[in-house]
Amino acid sequence: MSTPILQLQNISKRFGSAQVLRGLSLEAAAGEFITLLGASGCGKTTTLRIIAGLESPDEGRVLLEGRDVTDLPPERRDVNTVFQSYALFPHMTVAGNIGYGLRLKGLPKADIRRTVEEALALLQLAGYGERRPEQLSGGQRQRVAIARAVVNRPRVLLLDEPLGALDLQLRRQMQLELKQLQQQLGITFIYITHDQEEALTMSDRIAVMRDGCFVQVGTPAQVYDRPATSYVARFVGSANVLQGHVTAAGGGQLTLSVAGHTARVQAGGRPYAPGEPIALALRSEQVEFAPEGGGIPAVVRETSFAGGMLRIGLELPDGSRLTASRHGIDLGLQPGDRLSVGWAATAAVPVEVDDR
Amino acid sequence: MTARKRPAPKNRGLWLALAPLYLFTAVLVFVPLVYVVVLSFRARAEGWGVADTFTLDNYLNILQPVYLQTFAGSLKLAFLCTGLILLIGYPFGYWMARLSPRGKKAMLLALMVPFWTNSLIRLYGWIIILRAGGVLDSLLMALGLTDRPLKLLYTYPAVVIGMVYALLQFMILAVYSSAEKLDWSLVEAARDLGAGPVRAFFTVALPMTMPGLLSGVILTFIPSMGLFFIADILGGNKVVLVGSLIQDQLLQAHNQPFAAALSVVLMVLTSLLIAVYKRVTRTGELEGLL
Repeated sequence: MSTPILQLQNISKRFGSAQVLRGLSLEAAAGEFITLLGASGCGKTTTLRIIAGLESPDEGRVLLEGRDVTDLPPERRDVNTVFQSYALFPHMTVAGNIGYGLRLKGLPKADIRRTVEEALALLQLAGYGERRPEQLSGGQRQRVAIARAVVNRPRVLLLDEPLGALDLQLRRQMQLELKQLQQQLGITFIYITHDQEEALTMSDRIAVMRDGCFVQVGTPAQVYDRPATSYVARFVGSANVLQGHVTAAGGGQLTLSVAGHTARVQAGGRPYAPGEPIALALRSEQVEFAPEGGGIPAVVRETSFAGGMLRIGLELPDGSRLTASRHGIDLGLQPGDRLSVGWAATAAVPVEVDDR
Repeated sequence: MTARKRPAPKNRGLWLALAPLYLFTAVLVFVPLVYVVVLSFRARAEGWGVADTFTLDNYLNILQPVYLQTFAGSLKLAFLCTGLILLIGYPFGYWMARLSPRGKKAMLLALMVPFWTNSLIRLYGWIIILRAGGVLDSLLMALGLTDRPLKLLYTYPAVVIGMVYALLQFMILAVYSSAEKLDWSLVEAARDLGAGPVRAFFTVALPMTMPGLLSGVILTFIPSMGLFFIADILGGNKVVLVGSLIQDQLLQAHNQPFAAALSVVLMVLTSLLIAVYKRVTRTGELEGLL
């Protein structure tokens, strides 16, 4: 296998008494789109700044194309950043901003002008070269920040919540454009977001971060369908996490007791012994309404409508809560209604509990 | 704007409240200014006072080499002091803006405390430091840096030291207030795009703090043209500046019209400088002052 473009080896960082990163390791292949996904304060931005060279790790190494760059200043790393606040130079024109890195390299003026024009065209900014950043809209500034970084053809492009300040519609559009741009340029992207939907849409791989650790690193499908822990299940899939214990194992299936009733899931991950407690991740749309007597009895507690989905809050016999969701508005369910819930054996995933 | 042209009834109270302020400005600023300008076109009376005749003699008088040299000397000293203040004050103010909030507070306090003492008294402190065999000489000799007293007092360098000391904090505060607003992520972006620390400073940090630098220059250059008492106290009679010349003409020679003409020329010179500054910065705001 060829050398990874970027390697993080056991990175740790502490600010004063706060341990921000705890031994992070990650490898990124050429042209890969990796998203660091996590809630604010989980250490995403610090990780990015360490890769850029704007912060140095207390422990661990950063390797670019196999070369140790841990002690190199940012200007000597073949890495560029799209800052969260864009950080456009207000005293330069758009073209001046985009050409900044090229001027530092001492390229001939004509080459710079041509490259800048190409970048303007690529990011649909043609004709805006002579404007000042303050005369642009948020989306346009975003494009300038991206253009300013990509004209330098970095080995790795770091993007720190680049779409955070944009409204939803523009965000969706920019997600697609960014993904296309990344495929077109073939640059490795390390992308930060706290928006799980954005991460799932854009990434080749997602690294779910929590408290300075990668909880799970995998493809969107892996992270979404096979969450490793209850935190990943809740954060990425907005899934229910049910507690129970194993009653029998065998035949590739586990038989469980959940809320005093029998349920089944497909075995996977680590082996479980009968009697062992187990947690299950179950996404709301996978909760099925079984015929009366067929599953676990539940009481409807509330219903709400959000994003084209009806969300039904249910209470199980042991008092634990479960959220189900269905397309469509009117299922005729009222708080207090009784029904029976279940799920396909392949739908629920055993997870490690890490968020209680 | 419209309210100013035709004040609405409810604004009358405000106007009444502001009236003393305008009156104050008119009586204490505008009237004396007109008086000085008028005075500068009058002849000196025989013996005492001002004669009631129009003349351009006072201005023609300034064209004498001895007075032109005084202006040139003042300008030279002002440029020299402003240059030194810039070289010391800019890095200081820039560094201060990068301190922790506590460090900033401490430094601001340290800059303010000397102002609790009268500037003239602080200047006498410099006499003690600079005089032959004074604090500075003893210190340098004790350290073995020099084997005989420098005798700096009543020399040109003593005046420069006094001027730099008196005006330095204006530069520091002007640069500080500009550098404090500097978005550090811009400098990081420059580094990220391939600029070393020096390039990043000159291409991003310096242009972004230019308003502070320029107002610091204005705030130090203009007073340094007129701070005659520093030249008098620390320079003996050897360094004659426009300010001291005006004072001499007024108080010693009792030539009020000539003193007025000198003042008008000085005012015109400094106004020109401010006009240049306004052109350069567009806004004309004095950072750190307004």
